[in-house]
Amino acid sequence: MTPMTPGRTGLVAVALLGLWFAPAHAETIHVTIENLVFTPTEVTAKVGDTIVWDNKDFLAHTATATNNDWNVVISPKQASKLELRKAGTFDYFCRFHPNMKARLVVTQ
Amino acid sequence: MFAKAITALAALCLLSGGALAQGGAKPTDPQIAHIAYTAGQLDIEAAKQTLEKSKNKDVRAFAEDMVRDHTAVNKQALDLVKKLKVTPEDNDTSKALTKQAAAKRAELAKLSGAAFDKAYIANEVAYHKTVDSALENTLIPSASNAELKNLLQTGLKIFQGHEQHAEHVASELK
Repeated sequence: MTPMTPGRTGLVAVALLGLWFAPAHAETIHVTIENLVFTPTEVTAKVGDTIVWDNKDFLAHTATATNNDWNVVISPKQASKLELRKAGTFDYFCRFHPNMKARLVVTQ
Repeated sequence: MFAKAITALAALCLLSGGALAQGGAKPTDPQIAHIAYTAGQLDIEAAKQTLEKSKNKDVRAFAEDMVRDHTAVNKQALDLVKKLKVTPEDNDTSKALTKQAAAKRAELAKLSGAAFDKAYIANEVAYHKTVDSALENTLIPSASNAELKNLLQTGLKIFQGHEQHAEHVASELK
């Protein structure tokens, strides 16, 4: 009756994920926000890498995953970062200006 | 109420279009600066009314975004006109926008709760559409100073973002 198998699978998955948390060559990848545009529009990174959004605008922006996995607020003329913990293709946008769109592809 | 909003919007389009087209003359840079600044200030006032009246979390967050963004844009505008030694000049379009906004504020003042929230957000969608089209079709093409034109173009992207944001909030309210 108790759904043990999915639970165990989950535990194993979490444990495996943990192995990937400390990659040997974690990189920092910069995305510039200028004039309400994310550049580059699409970035490929690995789990463990860090994305830094450099906001050159005089406005606050956000980098918000459309699936709500993460939401980063970037103050005017400041930078904010996000350490990538999950693989997948993430479309993201600015909550304040939804016409600003970009994509982050995270591989294992 | 819907019909009333449309009437007000149509009046706004006519008034701003009419004033801008007056005598076939393009608005001057001092007039353009005044119109853009006024449009921002009016949206800040609408947001402040909302922050006094609304209890809806999404609507309040939107209003706070409007105050923050339009304050930031208008600061840029003031810095620019100071740098260019341009004195913003009041004009019929600015006056029409101000008059319409006052009428809308009075209309919204009579509402409360969900009715207020819906009317505010619906007006924000309509208002940003009107300002976007004025920027795109009249203000940006008429601006002669390159830096002013540049700021107006950034303003257009910001306002288009606000319009989409307002549309999203409106869809959540239904």
